[in-house]
Amino acid sequence: MSGEILTVRDLVVHRGNVPVLALPALGVRAGSVLALVGPNGSGKTTLLQTLAGLLEPRSGVVALAGEPLDSRGARAAYRKRVTLVFQEPLLFDTTVRANVESGLKLRRLGAADRAARLADVARRFGIAHLLDRSARKLSGGEAQRTSLARAFALKPEILFLDEPFSALDAPTREALIDDLARTLQETRTTAVLATHDQLEAMRLADTMAVLREGRIVQSGRVAEVINHPADELVAAFVGMETVLEGIVTSCVRGVLTVTVAGRDVQALGEARPGETVLFGVRPENVTLALEPGRDTSARNSFRGAVVRLAPRGPILKVDIDCGFFLTAIVTVRSAEDLALQPGREVVASFKATAVHVIRRFPPACG
Amino acid sequence: MDLIWEGIKRALHLLLTLDREVLGITILSLRVSLLATFISLVAGIGAALLLALNRFPGRRLAIALVNTGMGFPPVVVGLVVTIVLWRNGPLGFLELLYTPTAIVVAQAIIATPIIAGVSLAALQQLPADLRLQILALGASRAQMLWLIVREARLPLLAAVMAGFGGVISEVGAAIMVGGNIKGYTRVLTTATVMETSKGNFDIAIALSVILLLLAFAVNALLTHVQQRNRQR
Repeated sequence: MSGEILTVRDLVVHRGNVPVLALPALGVRAGSVLALVGPNGSGKTTLLQTLAGLLEPRSGVVALAGEPLDSRGARAAYRKRVTLVFQEPLLFDTTVRANVESGLKLRRLGAADRAARLADVARRFGIAHLLDRSARKLSGGEAQRTSLARAFALKPEILFLDEPFSALDAPTREALIDDLARTLQETRTTAVLATHDQLEAMRLADTMAVLREGRIVQSGRVAEVINHPADELVAAFVGMETVLEGIVTSCVRGVLTVTVAGRDVQALGEARPGETVLFGVRPENVTLALEPGRDTSARNSFRGAVVRLAPRGPILKVDIDCGFFLTAIVTVRSAEDLALQPGREVVASFKATAVHVIRRFPPACG
Repeated sequence: MDLIWEGIKRALHLLLTLDREVLGITILSLRVSLLATFISLVAGIGAALLLALNRFPGRRLAIALVNTGMGFPPVVVGLVVTIVLWRNGPLGFLELLYTPTAIVVAQAIIATPIIAGVSLAALQQLPADLRLQILALGASRAQMLWLIVREARLPLLAAVMAGFGGVISEVGAAIMVGGNIKGYTRVLTTATVMETSKGNFDIAIALSVILLLLAFAVNALLTHVQQRNRQR
């Protein structure tokens, strides 16, 4: 496909003599972020290390801008154009400054260039005040910030990220994801992110590939994969939350209006008008009725038709087409009362507070 | 008690008057042990890197051999080196037996497994993915090896100290392959053994004090290097 900076064809990777990865095709568009998601042992790290030129595939081709990595020399040259951030920060036993500059020195950049890049990434990742501190004295979050700064200082053509937040506590992770999302957006860096966190993928990635047992079982835009999982196992992994992409049309006193498929959804949050956001509605927060309720606090009510009913023990998962797809969960008794069946018209409602807005990068509310 | 005190006084006298024979023995001891340690350092760290960073058939056996080698009895090493360098031995034509070079060879064989074993343990303490992280930063293989060694520098210096300690204090092999020839292959340990056997305890104590001071000075220097770069 045109615009793809990284392409993979018929890739087979072994660990020892055991085949662990088999990929007929994969492409990463320039400037985009691809999330590789899957459970532990699904092959995310192996794929990432192969794409980063650190593992030699048994067969198949990895190519950067059409140039195949078909020899040890080609892979060594390629590694000077990309980089990888591991789950552990893997910093050297020296200062933060020397750590951030380490890759630049290995790539033989001059002192002036190194200083300029150091200042830029130190500002982006908030580590300017730590530059003279020993890397051994950093907290987990500071160390991972340093590791990310070291990677971005290289201005890689592709940045590979192997679950870089999984060892961090929640508040630290949130702040770092914000900074990474902003930096990826501003630098237009092409990235491939391995993660087992659906929200992380939604916040950072444009496209998603789900891996299972060394194979890609589904790939596509993030919202597509989450809303239309290919099978039960993908659904179980990515969750059942309805995820929609819309454009913010207004932001008034913390209440957003987001237009999706020509319909306005009210949500709590902050975003700028014109900004594209993802938002999720958990199925248990969607209520169904035959007519719009007059005395309800739900700010969002949409008339639609039942598309599918799927039993889940004592409950039913109901997909409704309201111009966009919504998923609701109802009891079997409620389904009988409402006579739910495919094609049945219903009104789906949910509160603005039940909408989970996910911004791709977080500037202040406009 | 008087004997020890006399020995210490004699040692100070020999040191302060710069006794030519003692000075010669001390310098030879230092030269032989430092050279043997340097050879062992290159071979030992090289072997440790090979074993730590690669997976190949027979690797576990090689590690077991290195660990066994850490406890090699010096007299066994001395015996093997003597046989190999003996006039009719495989390397007899080199005519190295009873030369300082023979002592260096024997001491290097003793110290190499010590340095390799301690270095291997040090390198295996590093994070498993560090090698890949360094390559991912764009390092060549040589740059990667250098950075790995630099990252393990503190325990590697401990390995050097262990290796130097092993050879400076070694006596069995030095006597067997060096012959304790006055003014040529006599080192501090072999001279101490000889003086003790002759009942010259004051000189033996003097030589022992010099040996201890030498070992302390070298280890103090290495410790200084090791601790100098501890981070703030």
